[in-house]
Amino acid sequence: MPLPRLTRRAVLARAGLAGAGLAGAATLLGACGRGAADSAASGDQPRRGGDLAVAFQTGGSQETLDPHAASLFVDGARGKALFDKLVDLAGDMTPVLRLAETLEPDDEARVWRATLREATFHDGSPVTADDVLYSFARILEPDSGRRAAAQLAPLDLDASRAVDARTVELVLDRPVAEFATALAAFGAWIVPAGSEDFTAPVGSGPFRFGSFTPGGSLVVERFDDYWEGAPHLDTVEFVPVNEETARINALVGGQVGYAHDLSVTSARTYADESRVEILAAPGSLMHAFAMKLDRPPFDDPHVRAAFRLLADRTELVDTALAGMGEVGNDLFGKGLRFYADHLPQRERDLDQARDLLDRAGADGLSVTLHTAEAGGGLVDAAALFAEQAAQAGVDVRVEVGDADTFWADSFADGAISSYRSGVMPIATHIGNRLLSDASQNITRWQDEQFDDRYAEMQRTVDDDARGEMLGEMQQQLHESCGLLVWGFADWLVGTADGVHGVQGAPPNTLEWARFDRVWRD
Amino acid sequence: MRRYLLRRGGIGLVQILVVATAVFWLAEALPGDAAVVAAGDDPDPARIALIREQLGLDEPASQRYLSWLTGLATGDLGSSLRTGQPVTELLAPALGPTVVLAVVTLAVLLPLALTLGVTAAVRADGWYDRAVSTTTVALNAVPEFALAVLLVAVFALQLGVLPATAVGATGSSLLAEPSLLALPVAVLLCRSLCALTRLVRAGMVDALDAEYVAYARRHGVTGGRLLLRHALPNALPPAVQQLARTADWLIGGIIVVEAVFAVPGVSSVLVTAVSTRDIPVVQALAVLFAVVTVAVNLLADLVCHRLAPRSAVVT
Repeated sequence: MPLPRLTRRAVLARAGLAGAGLAGAATLLGACGRGAADSAASGDQPRRGGDLAVAFQTGGSQETLDPHAASLFVDGARGKALFDKLVDLAGDMTPVLRLAETLEPDDEARVWRATLREATFHDGSPVTADDVLYSFARILEPDSGRRAAAQLAPLDLDASRAVDARTVELVLDRPVAEFATALAAFGAWIVPAGSEDFTAPVGSGPFRFGSFTPGGSLVVERFDDYWEGAPHLDTVEFVPVNEETARINALVGGQVGYAHDLSVTSARTYADESRVEILAAPGSLMHAFAMKLDRPPFDDPHVRAAFRLLADRTELVDTALAGMGEVGNDLFGKGLRFYADHLPQRERDLDQARDLLDRAGADGLSVTLHTAEAGGGLVDAAALFAEQAAQAGVDVRVEVGDADTFWADSFADGAISSYRSGVMPIATHIGNRLLSDASQNITRWQDEQFDDRYAEMQRTVDDDARGEMLGEMQQQLHESCGLLVWGFADWLVGTADGVHGVQGAPPNTLEWARFDRVWRD
Repeated sequence: MRRYLLRRGGIGLVQILVVATAVFWLAEALPGDAAVVAAGDDPDPARIALIREQLGLDEPASQRYLSWLTGLATGDLGSSLRTGQPVTELLAPALGPTVVLAVVTLAVLLPLALTLGVTAAVRADGWYDRAVSTTTVALNAVPEFALAVLLVAVFALQLGVLPATAVGATGSSLLAEPSLLALPVAVLLCRSLCALTRLVRAGMVDALDAEYVAYARRHGVTGGRLLLRHALPNALPPAVQQLARTADWLIGGIIVVEAVFAVPGVSSVLVTAVSTRDIPVVQALAVLFAVVTVAVNLLADLVCHRLAPRSAVVT
């Protein structure tokens, strides 16, 4: 029996952002307009002043404020408060200009020229081209394992230069038409040239550093000279609360005004509670089963196709995600820019699945599906899929592994495993996971023509033409790749009564954890 | 006495070493290592190998164990694999809240258990005695986690009279705001009160029946003086032993309570360290827990010896 769905008062980032339409060809959005719709009480005038405590999970964080060492959500949220990027991403992955006032590629998408806004760091010094070049050089230091390095890898630092104080020319070693999204990579924050010590970091973000206890709280204070206008709040305090139960309790009990990453259970429990509001960002987390193409039984395309027909996606979403999500169509990025939504939704078809297995000579097939409690819904979904497969006489054995090492284990071993991914531009997803030499190629999808097509796409500066190519590539993936994408989970955060201006947005996008636009009654 | 202390100290050291060794190899036996966890959902084998090399995890485990041991001998607990901080620096801020929780719990537990135990023993098997034992047994039967969730739901979320969690607290702010401590300490008390109260009561019942108390009575000693000066010292040794065990148990209970109430203490450090395979931090905590356990038990034996010198010191 399907559960009642929550009303989504979150602002959907589907049709672009509030106050800004979709980007036209070869142009990028300017910064999002002010006064983004408040989910609860639009029309209320933002009030200046007040403090906000926000609860994030920090277990496993490096507990450093070095923005380039960021790896967890809390690092992303802290970084966003203190620093800026040249570009950020809207909820649908359209690039939005931030510190960059303009960003123009040449015809080959190899030389990108950016002019900078008139922005200042918290110490009063202006943000210059040298700061940008220093930041990227620091991210790209070899063997530093910095998160944004993979996306900024095409940068040729020796050839790149500061044209003048506010103009920087970024030269790439290959054409990358999607380079604007690389500049928005997680951790690609701009720091003042020469920064090495981040115990009291100086950035150009909306908040300046107040105090920090590693393992404890970070307090940031309003930066009055922020280029986009000063935040409303006086201070924001990031408090570590690792247990989800404690996060929702602290929110309901009024100890924090914002709680990140809530469970479906909490969202349902407090759906009608006046003291809190749950905000959902649809399409934030892809849920899939990853089949490896380089080993039996999934080296046979018939078997892959059959498995895709075994899944009852609606039941998976209703059960494993408690209905707080939407069905997937075996492709990453539903609702994102360049998503191939013209492809027909794949439905369950047991007869055809059995027929395909017969043709593959895989009658009475038995496979082990690897999963772990490495995220909400993973094990439930695997168990349910095994039941669904059994209805077609396919024996799927669920093996629950160690949660801490699951991603590495499932990458290396097994034929099919639970898989999930947060949002990123579709081209990034393909570049990281579906090229022959991609380091995160869990399905072992290897197709030379596909690789060439990708390279051609990256040489195509025109957005529409590039979108068309990405559409064709997705069609090929939809037919034969190794991902069985069954759903997309909502991302859930909560706010206390009287906290306004928070939007439900996929993690690490522009409007996510954006506390400079938040105010209190 | 000195010889006794030396011997007990030596045994204690051996116990601590055994614990540390066992924990090291148990942590080694966990699947994966710090490099695999650090790589997260981007498990590129080349990247994992690089992290492994940077962290010195490419050396054999026996060698890492030996170098940890030699470090320990010189008082060096090593550095966290996850953050690179010295372990002592990482643990220091977390100790405050945990110590505050433990000390406040004991400070309430002791007088409460003594009062309940002694008053129950005076009229053994009366209605009051039954009420005390029924209540403490019932409270003891509820697991900490369930009790914590229940108390939060009632007192924090429904009635709104106490804070739901201790988010953002430190050791000193916990002391400054006793309301933050109310629920966590209540949970810890409920679980530990039962055994201690019952032992005090049993000891008192025996003592009140004993020859020397009857003798004191015949000499006109009555009331509180009889109870506190003559009966209680002989009734306490088993309860003190139990208290030492309670201190061990407190460490475990505190781990649950800290998680539910978001107290930024040792437990969050421990949970993170285990899940990120940060072996030096896990090791340091194991040593810390072992030292506390050994020290508390030794102290308990000495106290028993002082209370009732006739009882042989347990070795």
